[in-house]
Formats: sequence, C-alpha cells, structure tokens
Amino acid sequence: MGEQLLQLLLTGLTLGSIYSIIALTLVTTFNVTGILNLAQGEFVVIGALIAVSLQGTGMPMAAVFLVSVILVGILGGLLERLTINKARGASSLGMLIITIGLSISLRGLALLIWGTDTYSLPAFSQGGSIMIGGAALNPQSIWIFALVAVTLAGLYGFFEHTFWGKAVKASVYNQTGARLQGINLNTISLLAFVSAGGLGAAAGVSIGPITMVTYDMGFMLGVKGFVAAAIGGLSNVGGAVIGGILLGILESFSSGLISSGLKDAISIIILLGVLLIRPEGIIGAIRERKI
Amino acid sequence: MHLKNHKGLILLLFLLVIPLKIDSNYLYSTLVVIAIYSIVVQGLGILMGYAGQVSFGHAAFFGLGGYTAAILTTRFNWPTLIALLAAAILPGILAAIIGRQTLKLRELYLALATLGFGILVHIIFNEGGELTGGPSGMSGIPNLTIGTISFDNDQKFYLLVWFMLLLILIGIYNLVHSRTGRALCSIRESEYAAENAGVDCARLKLQAFTFSALLAGLAGGLYAFYVSFISPSPFSFHTSVQFVLMVVIGGLGTFWGPLLGAVVVVSLNELLREIVPLLIPGAGGEYQIIIYGIILVGLMIFQPKGLSSIGRYFRLPLKKELKPEG
Repeated sequence: MGEQLLQLLLTGLTLGSIYSIIALTLVTTFNVTGILNLAQGEFVVIGALIAVSLQGTGMPMAAVFLVSVILVGILGGLLERLTINKARGASSLGMLIITIGLSISLRGLALLIWGTDTYSLPAFSQGGSIMIGGAALNPQSIWIFALVAVTLAGLYGFFEHTFWGKAVKASVYNQTGARLQGINLNTISLLAFVSAGGLGAAAGVSIGPITMVTYDMGFMLGVKGFVAAAIGGLSNVGGAVIGGILLGILESFSSGLISSGLKDAISIIILLGVLLIRPEGIIGAIRERKI
Repeated sequence: MHLKNHKGLILLLFLLVIPLKIDSNYLYSTLVVIAIYSIVVQGLGILMGYAGQVSFGHAAFFGLGGYTAAILTTRFNWPTLIALLAAAILPGILAAIIGRQTLKLRELYLALATLGFGILVHIIFNEGGELTGGPSGMSGIPNLTIGTISFDNDQKFYLLVWFMLLLILIGIYNLVHSRTGRALCSIRESEYAAENAGVDCARLKLQAFTFSALLAGLAGGLYAFYVSFISPSPFSFHTSVQFVLMVVIGGLGTFWGPLLGAVVVVSLNELLREIVPLLIPGAGGEYQIIIYGIILVGLMIFQPKGLSSIGRYFRLPLKKELKPEG
C-alpha cells in the first residue's frame, strides 16, 4: 500500500510539473498583457506534434526539442502580431474570444497535418526506471522536473537581471508609467507570446514520452493549466507552480484510488471550489511579488 | 407598446411565410436549428448584453434541458408537454442555486467558473451510466404533443419553434424597455453606480442568470424532441463558445443581435460545409474548422461591436440600443 501511494505521488509530481509549466506561461501572459490565452494548450500539442515529425527524420532528440521550441515560439509571436496586436483596445471578452478562435484554428490545423492518430515520442534518455522505496520513477520525470527548475530559474534571471525583464515588470506595475519611460508595450506583448509558445512546446515535447499525443488534447491541458493558475490566484508565479503540482498529485491520487473516469471532474471541482471560496487563490499566504 | 415599435417583428412574421412556399426539409431543419439556438442566445443576450455577465457554460443548461426531456419521457413516460416544461424549469432552478455564489465573480473569473461548470456537466452526461446512456446517449424520444397536435414533421416543428421564438422576442422587447431592463443596463455600465442608485445588483443578476438558464433549458427540451435522440457531444464546451459567439457577433445589448448572431453562425457553418469542398477539392472538415476560427478572430478584430453595427452603413435599424424613454 505504501509503495502504491509513493508511486501515485511520483506520477502526480510528473503530471503536476507539466501543469505547472502551462500555468506559468498562462500567468506570465496574463500579467504582462491582461489576456487569458485559451490557445495555450494548443501550443503544447503543436510543439509535441512538430517534435513527432522531426523525430521521424532521424534528428537527435536534443535538436528536436530545440527546433520545436523555436518553431512554436515563432508561431506564438506570429499569432500575436497578426491578431492580438491588431485588436488593441478590444474588451477582455473580445480578447478571450480571439484566443478561442486561435485555438479552434490551431486544432483544425493540427488535425489537417497530423490527423487523428495517436503518436508517442521517445524518452530523452535511455535506461530503465529508477526504483525509489519500491516505486518506479520514469527517467523522463527527472527531465520534466529539471525543465520546471530551469524555467523558474530562467524566469527569475530574466525578471531580476535583464533590462527587458525589468521593463516587463515595470509595465505590469504601472502601464502608463512604463510607457512614459519609453518602454514599448507592443514589444513586451510580443515577447510574452513568443515565450508562451516556446515554453508550451517545451512542455509538450517533454510530456510526449509519458502520455500519448493527439491533436485534440490541447483543450484539456489548457484547462488544467487554468485550474493550476487559479489555485495560485491567476497572477502569482510561485502560486501557479505550486498549484500545478498540487493539482497533479490530487489527480493522480483520485484516479488511482477512486476512479480514472472522474479524473477530469476532480480538477474542475477544484477549480470551482477555489474560485467560489477564495477567488484570490488558496496560496495567498505564500504570495510572492507579482511579476 | 405601440404597433410602430414592432415593425421589425411584423417584417419577421412575413419572412417566416417564405419557407412554407419553398417547402424544403433542408431549409426547415436549418431554420429549426437557428430558432432553437436563438432561444438560448436570447436569454444569454440578456445576461451578457444587458446585465454584463459572461457565461461559457450555457451548453450545460441547454444539455440539462435536453436530458431532462429525454429521461422523463423515455424512462418515466411523462407526457411530452410536461416534460418540456420540466426541461425549462430544472435548469432554471439549478441556475438559481449556483448563481448566487458564482455571480459574485467578475469578468475572467466568472468566465472560468462557468467554463468549469460546463465541462463538469458534460462529464456527468458522459459518465452518467444507466440514467444518461453514457457517451452513446439515448434514443427513442417521442414526438412532442400539445393537445391533439403531434409535432411529427419538420414543417410543424418549424412553425412551433418560430412561434415560441416570436413570443420570447416580444417578451424580451417588453423586458428591456421596462424598469428592470434599465436596471440591468445600469449593472453593465457600473455595478457601484447601480448599487448607489438603489438597484439590487445581486438579485437582478441572479434573475437574469436564471432566466437565461430557463430559456436554454427550454431550447434543450425542444432540441431533444426535434432530433428524438440525445448524446453528450452537442453539449460540449464548443457549443457554449458558439452561444457566446452568437451573442457577440450579433452585437451585445442590441435587440436583434442574438437572432442575427444565431442566423449568421448557423449559416456560416452550413456554408463552409458546402463551399469549402468546392474551393479546395478533397478538403475535409479540417479546413472548415480552420476557416471558422479565422473568421471568428477577424470579426473580433474588425467588427468588435458585432454585426448589428454594420446596419448603420445601410441605414438599417438593426442596432436598436436601449435608450431611456422620456
């Protein structure tokens, strides 16, 4: 029994790390642009699917990862220029609908190129599972944990130690003030969507070896990202990471101990619970500075 | 309430005679779908356009109405008309219960919460086992019978749903030109100002939410009787998005907006299905989805106030905004 619980915990941590990355990108985009990007899940899926195609050409996995991240980053930037940037001044509902439209189109595009097949990606490193106290840890999980750590470190370094990072922070604190200081908010919005695309693809390529990849899994991944972000209060980076990991563990335990059919229902119930009881997020106590 | 205020409605009445002359089943079925969606969107239009509250979960109320009608008639042999009433009332009661807490949330949080509610109800339809028939749904829903008339063909159903829609339109016309309608508008403009002017915002928002759920449930019941088969797939998040689209595309807070939006979105879907394979030989549903998304984005960029505002280019009185009457 103890081993089973440990196993569920490890699975939950892996799943939760992916949710964390998606939540991180959502929160960053939301903080910087005020847009809740419902197309984020599609970035994840398209990243994974591009990796599937690249991997088929015999490219090494590291190159596959990089190229996929770059391509989806460009896609994110392109979509920002073509749509979000053109719709400045639209209401938040209008922006939400634009991102919904983007996600519908991207899903259609994925269906057109990759069809309804289920794909899988090879793991980043060879070798069997690592046994920890009787539970097996997939080596891919370690890569995913590393991705979360690198992402967080990268975001921290960017926001604290680079000029552009400080510019983004300034524009979050006070848009008008930032603009008066000569910070170009257009560029910052572009930056947010490029990184949302790149990070989404990174999450997609990393999760590919563990779960299968299909063209239509993006929506639910995006929703899980929202739940994680909402647990953290929608604008709190640290909260989003913890929210994602909490959600992953809860899902893993509920599907392992109760029923796997209700796995998605659990996360929605958590979402509703959090929104209705504490809309500012349940991690208010350890609230970090907003970035 | 003068006749001149109803020029549009009278024109609509005349337009509705044309399909009877053409008498095509395809036209009838498209128009029935438009009317059923319109009924949902009329309620949602009050909630979004007048009370200023967004909902990405109305497919859930629509589905609950459909499943209520289906379960009551096939499992419990209720008379169809009473089942249709129950299909409207049950989602209304549910909305009144969940609305009190939910409507405290603002903007994006409300959008997320209603989105979550919609997904949850969709999961329940899928996992409902014996009661809902699971993913494969349930069939054998009897024809709707009112008195001695059985609505067993497309033409009769067409007349029924458009008659109901007309009644709803008249009701909504009166609603938005009443004290309640003006109070709702004041909530949309500023909740604080409305509260200060003595408007009970929480109560009115709840009433608008309940009203919209009632209409969505009624439409769901009509849908179940029309297609006589029900499964979870027509009640997914995608449908909720379509409803929001119809409201926004038609124009928020306009009288003709919801109907216009339903006509445009349904016709667009039908047109894309017909035209896309002609332009791109061998094209499947993928192209249709892509183009649909692109049109959506384009509309939001170039026509963010909805299509009703196009009317002013042609001096059509489509955009009938609520103005205080002296």
